[in-house]
Order: sequence, then C-alpha cells, then structure tokens
Amino acid sequence: MSVLILVEHDNEEVKASTLNTVTAACEVSDDLHALVIGFNCNAVVSAACNIDGVSKVIKCDSEAYQYGLAENVAPVVKDLAESYSHVFAPASTFGKNLMPRVAAMLDVQQVSDISEILSEDTFVRPIYAGNALATVRSTDSVKLITVRTTAFDAASEEGGAAPIEEITSTGDVGLSNFVRHDLTRSERPELTTASIVISGGRGMQSGENFNMLERVADKLGAAVGASRAAVDAGYVPNDYQVGQTGKVVAPDLYIAVGISGAIQHLAGMKDSKVIVAINKDEEAPIFQVADFGWVADLFNAVPELEAALD
Amino acid sequence: MKVVVPVKRVIDANIKVRVKADRSGVELNNVKMAMNPFCEIAVEESIRMKESGAAEEIVVVAAGPQQSQETIRTALAMGADRGILIQTDVPLEPLAVSKLLKSVIEREGPGLVVMGKQAVDNDNNQTGQMLSAKLNWSLGTFVSKIEIKDDSFEVVREVDGGLETVSLSKPSVITVDLRLNEPRYASLPNIMKARRKPIETLTPDELGVDVTPRIEVVEVNEPPNRQAGIKVSSAAELIEKLRDEAKVLA
Ligand SMILES: Cc1cc2nc3c(=O)[nH]c(=O)nc-3n(C[C@H](O)[C@H](O)[C@H](O)COP(=O)(O)OP(=O)(O)OC[C@H]3O[C@@H](n4cnc5c(N)ncnc54)[C@H](O)[C@@H]3O)c2cc1C
Ligand SMILES: Nc1ncnc2c1ncn2[C@@H]1O[C@H](COP(=O)(O)O)[C@@H](O)[C@H]1O
Repeated sequence: MSVLILVEHDNEEVKASTLNTVTAACEVSDDLHALVIGFNCNAVVSAACNIDGVSKVIKCDSEAYQYGLAENVAPVVKDLAESYSHVFAPASTFGKNLMPRVAAMLDVQQVSDISEILSEDTFVRPIYAGNALATVRSTDSVKLITVRTTAFDAASEEGGAAPIEEITSTGDVGLSNFVRHDLTRSERPELTTASIVISGGRGMQSGENFNMLERVADKLGAAVGASRAAVDAGYVPNDYQVGQTGKVVAPDLYIAVGISGAIQHLAGMKDSKVIVAINKDEEAPIFQVADFGWVADLFNAVPELEAALD
Repeated sequence: MKVVVPVKRVIDANIKVRVKADRSGVELNNVKMAMNPFCEIAVEESIRMKESGAAEEIVVVAAGPQQSQETIRTALAMGADRGILIQTDVPLEPLAVSKLLKSVIEREGPGLVVMGKQAVDNDNNQTGQMLSAKLNWSLGTFVSKIEIKDDSFEVVREVDGGLETVSLSKPSVITVDLRLNEPRYASLPNIMKARRKPIETLTPDELGVDVTPRIEVVEVNEPPNRQAGIKVSSAAELIEKLRDEAKVLA
C-alpha cells in the first residue's frame, strides 16, 4: 500500500507544510511517493529526495505548472492517484485549492484538514471552528486527505535518498492564466512554523502601531500575526490573519495583543502550547484560554515588554 | 450574463455550538440558523454585478432540508431574482452538492458561479473546487477582488504568501473570501418584495444524483478545554514566568 504526497513548493524550495504532511502520511504507510509538479523545479526534486521517509520522488516538469494552477495540475494528480491507497496534501491554500478538484475528478469525497489519524480509513478533524472534533471514516477506495500541519511534527529534511521517476506532462488545459504575485516579504520566521507568534488585533488602532509588535518580535525571533479585525481595518496584509478562515498556528508561545478572543480567532491559535493575552478589558474572552493574562493598556504594556527583553 | 449563487444554511456563526450528549453530532434543535457568512458575500457580489449592469439575472440555489427556503428568501430579499431549492434530508457532503449544483447549472447556463470559499459548519472548503472540476470550468478560489473583462474574469486570490492575480476564462466558478465586500442588510420593503419572488423545488432524484454519504461520522466530541491561567501585572513578571515556569523563553 503506497501513499502519494503532493509537495508544496515554489519551484525553488520545498515548503515546510510538506514536511508535516510526510509525518502524517507515515502513519498509514511506509512507502511514500512525493509528487513534485512544477517548472524548472530540480532543486525541489533534490530536496524532496532527501526528506526522511520518502521512498520515491515523482517529477512532472512543464511550463504549464509554473504557477501551480489547479486546472492544469489536477489532471496529473488524478492520473496517478488511482494506483495509491491515499493521497495527502497540506491543508494550506495550495492543498485547499487543488485537492478537491482532484477529488471530484476521481469521484471521491475528500477528508479536509485532519488533526489525527486513528487508522488507515478513520481520521479526526475539527469542525465548527474547532468547537467540535469529528471522528470520520472514509469509505472511498482512494482516500484524499488534507492535513492540518500544526497537528503533526515536521519530518526531517535529511536522511532520505529516494530515486526519481519522471513522468510526462498533460500540459496546459487552457482554462486560466497566471497574472502576478504580490507576496509579503519578511525576514521574520513564517507564521505557521514559528515557535513564537505575537499577534495584534483591533486594539492596535493602526498599521503603524504594529511596529511596536515587530520590535518585540525581532527580540524574540517571533512571527507577527493578526486578528481578522486588524486585517480588515488594513493595518496588516491578509496573510497575517490567524483563525478559522485564516492560518492555523500552534507555536510554543502565542502572545495576543488587543485581541478580544472571538471563537473564529481562537480556532486558529488555541492549540498553542502557552498563550499570553494583553488586553485592557479584564472580561475579554481571550483571558479564558490564556495561561498568562495581563490586564493592561497595550500602549504601556508592549513598550514595557520590549524594554524588559533587553 | 446570468449568475448562479449557491447558498448554505448553517448555525449562526455567532453561536457557540454544543456537542450532543450521545456524541452523534452537534445540537441543531432550537439553535439560530443563518446564511453561511461567505455565501452572503457571494450574494452581495452578484447583486453589485447586477447593479453595475454586468449581470442580468441572479439565481440562488440551496441544497438541504425544507428550511433552506429561508436562506433562499434572505438572498432574494438582498436582491437576487429567483431561487431553486434542492430538497433532501440526507446530510450532504461537498461531492454530492457539487453534483446537484452541476445538473442545475447545466440547465441554467450561467456565465459565472460565485459561492462561499467555506461553509462554517463543517469547514470543508471543497464544494466550489469540486464543482469547477465537474463542469470542467476555470476556478478562482479565496477571491478578494473580481474584475469582469470581455472574455475573462481577473481575480485576486488570498493565498498563504500574500495575493495572487489570475485570469479565468469564462464561464468560471469563483469562491469568495471575507474581504471581497461587506454584505448589505435587506430592507423591509425588499423583504416584502422577496415573498413574491419564485422558488422552484427539486429533489436529488429528479436531478438523477446519488447523494449517499461517502463518509461515516463515527462520533463527535468536545475539544479538550483550556483552563484560564493566572494574571500577571508587569513585563518583568511575565518574562520570569515564561522563562522559569513555562520554559518557552530562553
Ligand atoms: C465567517 C467568519 C470568519 C471569521 N474568521 C476569522 C478569523 O479567521 N480570524 C479572526 O481573527 N477573526 C475571524 N472572524 C472575526 C471574529 O468574529 C472577530 O470579529 C475578530 O476576531 C475580532 O478581532 P479583534 O479581537 O481584533 O477585535 P475586537 O473584538 O474589536 O477586540 C479588540 C480588543 O482589543 C482590546 N483593546 C482595545 N484597545 C486596547 C488597548 N489600548 N490596550 C489593550 N487592549 C485593548 C479590547 O478590549 C478588545 O478586547 C470571523 C468572523 C466570521 C463571521
Ligand atoms: N448544501 C448546499 N447548498 C448550496 N450551496 C452549498 C451547500 N453546501 C455548500 N455550498 C456552497 O459551497 C460553499 C463551500 O462549502 P464547503 O465546501 O462545504 O465548505 C458554500 O459557501 C456554499 O456556497
């Protein structure tokens, strides 16, 4: 029984989400095939060969896959999928966009965003913004799974020596075209993999005030996140959003500043190991999940924190 | 251009759900239901297209129990033109919904399907992607901006790394993210007017679609509960706790 893993990458590097997906897939099989679909993606293929646990890397290289458009990529996955027991992808925007298109082509009901594997066909997944955990059993012959990456450790990037198999491309199906990227560049660690995250909410009052959090983040080696209210108000870009409909994070330390703690926000951070909340309203729901609560005006507390970290 | 907007009836997003004592699911009795927030955004966008002259007719489609009519009425009161209810009491999975929608869409022949990126009950985030595959149409997911061009839709997608712009050939399935627009509230006169707008009722059988679930729900549990911890009153105290007690700072 072999498992196919969809490698998330940018034609240069394997994304960390792939490593968590490998660990999840290891729980159902020890024959893991990593599928790299891209353009001029040799560096990704080599990196995938080195991942501990991967037994084969399948490479499909064509200009049609440069930007990972689901319309072009899905047929490649579909053609391979039927010879596997499972197909795994991370529940990142990459996996969420692509996997259901493959599932529909195969007439399979995908299982989204699993947080635990109980057996080869039974999985746990959060529903209702994490307010309930459903145990579900898939009856489809091929199981298509997306993985909540924070629920599984990252596989080691070293230790593997998988052989490469090259397959031919099905090409451009001519339904869509890439126009451009406006990606957020940051020197800080990535939100979903950082061991410390400091997030700001509506209480921050402006984008400029996020500089205060960034200074603390730099001292802690932390990533910066935000609530939806802060993103909607335009303080920070959309990819900062933590929550049910944004990113799910589970760092060792999560510091929520000026965030009330709505269920949709908690859905994205309540599996963090230690939660700190700074809020001037002692009734704020965020304190119900915080290990350390500090009732204070953030405009005093955050500078004090920054100074104390010297 | 005709626009089809699939809408789902879910527990109101502001309500904290409770898991049933027998662990068979979450409590739906006497719980306030509403239109899935992402579907509201899709309805709003279609109405703006009609107001700008880009769309001629907006058809909303809901699959589910009889009460899903209320969700359709809400969309009609916002400004959609007519509704289709695909009535069934079978719990529907995204694959089944995508098949039901496909058959209705093939009959209606819209130039665009705009729908939510995710239903906030099961958090599946699948139906639009599946529908696009079933129709073999272009797909734009997690969209926060739609520009209608002569023979394409140019959409901005919210992806993990930031934003991505893609051009989709027509017809297309687009799933919407929160920042696309702010949905309007229906005015009282429009709520009255919506009562006279037509809703057609169909069944999965009539559409020839097998909706038998593929996934068995074994049980549904409460997540582990986090306990509130302690209060601190200074940065020095906080840092000391994080270093010495929680051991999350070096
Ligand atoms: C379908 C749907 C999906 C959603 N998805 C998400 C999601 O993914 N992520 C998400 O975050 N939200 C999401 N939301 C929104 C969510 O419901 C809340 O509206 C949002 O999280 C609130 O953000 P906030 O806590 O920053 O703002 P508010 O609720 O306004 O809270 C601001 C807090 O700041 C505090 N404050 C103000 N000034 C200061 C000060 N000077 N010092 C200290 N504290 C101060 C206040 O006491 C208050 O508690 C979603 C909502 C819906 C309906
Ligand atoms: N039963 C349904 N009836 C109509 N539309 C639906 C139904 N279920 C899902 N959808 C549509 O699909 C979107 C995504 O839902 P999901 O894939 O379940 O997360 C929703 O926002 C709706 O637009």
